[in-house]
Amino acid sequence: MQHKIIDAKDVVIRFAGDSGDGMQLTGSLFADMSAVSGNELSTFPDYPAEIRAPHGTVSGVSGFQVHIGSEDVSTPGDYCDLLVAMNPAALKANARWCKRHAMILCDIDAFDASGLEKAGFATDNPFAELGVEDRMIIPAPITTLTLESLKNSGLDRKSALKCKNMFILGMACFIYNRRLDYVYGYIGRRFEKKHPEFIEPNKKVVRDGFNYAANMQLIPNTYIVEPAKNLKKGTYRNINGNQALAWGLLAAAEKSGLQLFCGSYPITPASGILEELAIHKSLGAKTLQAEDEIAGICTAIGAAFAGSLAVTSTSGPGLSLKTEAMGLAVMAELPLVIIDVQRGGPSTGLPTKTEQSDLNQALYGRNGECPMPVVAAHSPAHCFDAAFTAARIALEHMTPVILLSEGFLGNGSEPWHIPSMKDYPEIKPPFVQGLLKPGEKFHPFQRDPETLVRRWALPGQKGFEHRVGGLEKTHEGVLSNDPLNHETMVRERAEKVARIARDIPELKVSGPQDGKLLVVGWGGTYGHLHAAVHELGDNVSYAHFDFINPLPSNTGKVLESFGKILVCELNSGQFADYLRTLFPHCEIIKYNKIQGQPFLVGELVEAIRKEM
Amino acid sequence: MATLTFKDFKSDQEVRWCPGCGDRAVLSALQRALPKVSQALNYDKERYVVVSGIGCSSRLPYYMNTYGFHSIHGRATAVSTGIKVANPWLTVWQACGDGDALAIGGNHFIHAIRRNIDINIILFNNQIYGLTKGQYSPTSKFGAITKTSPYGTVEHPFNPGALVLGAKGTFFARSLDVELALNEEIMTAAALHDGCSVMEMLTNCIIFNDGAHRDLSDPAVKADHTIVLRQGERMIFGKDHDRGLIYDGRKMRVVHIGEGGFTEDDILVHDAHSDNIGIHMALADMKGPDFPVALGVIRDVRDITYDDGVRDQVKEVMSRSRIHCVDDLLRSGTTWEVE
Repeated sequence: MQHKIIDAKDVVIRFAGDSGDGMQLTGSLFADMSAVSGNELSTFPDYPAEIRAPHGTVSGVSGFQVHIGSEDVSTPGDYCDLLVAMNPAALKANARWCKRHAMILCDIDAFDASGLEKAGFATDNPFAELGVEDRMIIPAPITTLTLESLKNSGLDRKSALKCKNMFILGMACFIYNRRLDYVYGYIGRRFEKKHPEFIEPNKKVVRDGFNYAANMQLIPNTYIVEPAKNLKKGTYRNINGNQALAWGLLAAAEKSGLQLFCGSYPITPASGILEELAIHKSLGAKTLQAEDEIAGICTAIGAAFAGSLAVTSTSGPGLSLKTEAMGLAVMAELPLVIIDVQRGGPSTGLPTKTEQSDLNQALYGRNGECPMPVVAAHSPAHCFDAAFTAARIALEHMTPVILLSEGFLGNGSEPWHIPSMKDYPEIKPPFVQGLLKPGEKFHPFQRDPETLVRRWALPGQKGFEHRVGGLEKTHEGVLSNDPLNHETMVRERAEKVARIARDIPELKVSGPQDGKLLVVGWGGTYGHLHAAVHELGDNVSYAHFDFINPLPSNTGKVLESFGKILVCELNSGQFADYLRTLFPHCEIIKYNKIQGQPFLVGELVEAIRKEM
Repeated sequence: MATLTFKDFKSDQEVRWCPGCGDRAVLSALQRALPKVSQALNYDKERYVVVSGIGCSSRLPYYMNTYGFHSIHGRATAVSTGIKVANPWLTVWQACGDGDALAIGGNHFIHAIRRNIDINIILFNNQIYGLTKGQYSPTSKFGAITKTSPYGTVEHPFNPGALVLGAKGTFFARSLDVELALNEEIMTAAALHDGCSVMEMLTNCIIFNDGAHRDLSDPAVKADHTIVLRQGERMIFGKDHDRGLIYDGRKMRVVHIGEGGFTEDDILVHDAHSDNIGIHMALADMKGPDFPVALGVIRDVRDITYDDGVRDQVKEVMSRSRIHCVDDLLRSGTTWEVE
């Protein structure tokens, strides 16, 4: 059969297998390869909490979806064009994500009686059972072929079986007309130091997979996704949210001239930030893997007192543990960035799934009157700017700042037009030297009359010895139970945070600037909302919030320009409730999803259309 | 550098501990020790940071005219750790109580010791919660009757010395609030020790646990109930200087010099610098009525410190990396051009 090469504007591929099958690697390699070829792309790893969940079961299925295109790609895609299913469980967990015309490529060796039984199929026709028998099903004996390919390689059976994902990658490269050079290069780099003996076998499996796909006569069409044409000129790289966030912090350290200190405790899905910073000691970053979440933030508070750009990173349950110390940082008025990569909650919840449900905790979850700025990242690459901005606010306004990311952003990746650091502002903390008039005595909690920011004196500086702590104090830094002093300080701490609104950009609305309906989102739903609004023809008004507290200063004006406001978020309506409290005269309605999964563009389109 | 005195370390804040509180004596010893430390190490006053948690003793930073951080309950050790790692040039002192360091802050305490971070921890052990008005603590004696144990506790206390040495601590000393001269000596030794120094100060809470350490502090009996260990000296104690400690290979024993064939030469010589943590553990574990309680510097050994390790690793990686600024970082690894 002669196959036809079809030009595709965009395609979505979902790699799914057992959690030990290497699907995350296969997916990210395919994504990187597409990025280097100049495609727009977005990825979505969807994996179980267990490292090795029971083999062959639906709960153990690990998936990686990648959306590549030659035009604007802002989401990992709702439904896929190609589903790779390494076993019946992977098929069962993912069949519902297949488009009507999708191709399903499966390792038929795994579809034996035992495999079908483990996945909970009642019959021996899983495709019919799932209602996908009309899709283009390509059964390939991938296990057998991989073992055959490697029979003279010297690899034992166990090692050889680990190469199945490379066979699949070879097949995918054929289907999407990808050259194998990138994969060869990766394999070389990966194994050259420790296991050079794996290089040739892995290359061979990829090549055999590619050739098998070409020769099997079952694949009628292959696809070419042209490089994106409307991309801004410049240098690009692929980046995930956790990495971008870590790099944004390093950028803020450089622009403030401070050393970066990160005290953190490992937690899914935030560990990547600590891991990434630990690599970059060459930029002077100090990382401390603390004994617990509380020590993570408390070491960071100590480092802030000593004059570092201090950071602690965590996810929801960890944020709960840090709560008391966050209050200490508010009271001591020290700069600190607290990163929460949100996951499904409450409690341990859904550790590997995404959600936006820590918003209330970020805004209110502390004892006493304890206001704290809250900033949210809206895409994997935007994590860089969000981290930079959070650090800038913390350092220039002498306050802890909560930076909200999401599992979907932390693990997701996209191509990024690499910025130049000369385009980023210098960060200027209010260091006491230079701010003190000759003969003026230093008082630790005396404030700048405009910003209400206190001045920062660092241990080691002669003549500025002072004490900070959790107890209420006067401007002079003396302990005080005086009722009026407490009220003054509470109001000043709140007003200091409120005035940060003068230091952040105004809220922008895309589409008509007034009208019947405004669609509102915040955080990681940006890509999906952007795509949904685009699909509706760009006459829909849409505003996305990167700044949650304080809100941009024109927020009231924007909301009042619309008849009703539809707030879409991945929780039961926390941001909508927040806006209702602040703008009670606006008609604010909610569209929510609480499934540990991102929105689908399709469901957003429908929800918005209903309100139009 | 001007010579610092006692007065330089006194802040203008009124000391608000109860009259007769043992914490006052410890504060005074610290204010007397630091000028000596400054002289010995050529430290200026701005180099000192005093950190605390929550509890009576944690008020101490307010009374010191240095940089200070009065943090939250149990977390002083974590705050100290952050300060020291961020700026190893600073010299960090920490005041914490038995509830603060061993109950709510127990985790940070053992991990600071495990990491051997160069901070000086004064553990005020009065065997009671004072600031919350009289509940039992993790060092209260078994059976102690307190507000939350009206029928006596049914739990064993920690021996802080055993805990520190169990975590492979490199410095442990013990003393009593009233031993002003010994305390100055211990604090100076702790300051000179490069690593995590824990000084257990047995303090008297005059309100809620008065006399808890009377057995050790009463001049009539203290010579028989305590032994002050000094480097290189034989472990001899007693009013009449007639008893000593020997180690028979398995356990510590008290012998009478001149009886049973034991002479002064048989008595152990104290070596705080010895690698043998077993002897130090046995010394830290001693208690009445069979043994004297060991005071003084029990263990003082060298090991790599965490703060030096972090700093040196950063230096080392910086010297061999090709990434020197964020622009280098952004362009490292796989990138591609769009033209």
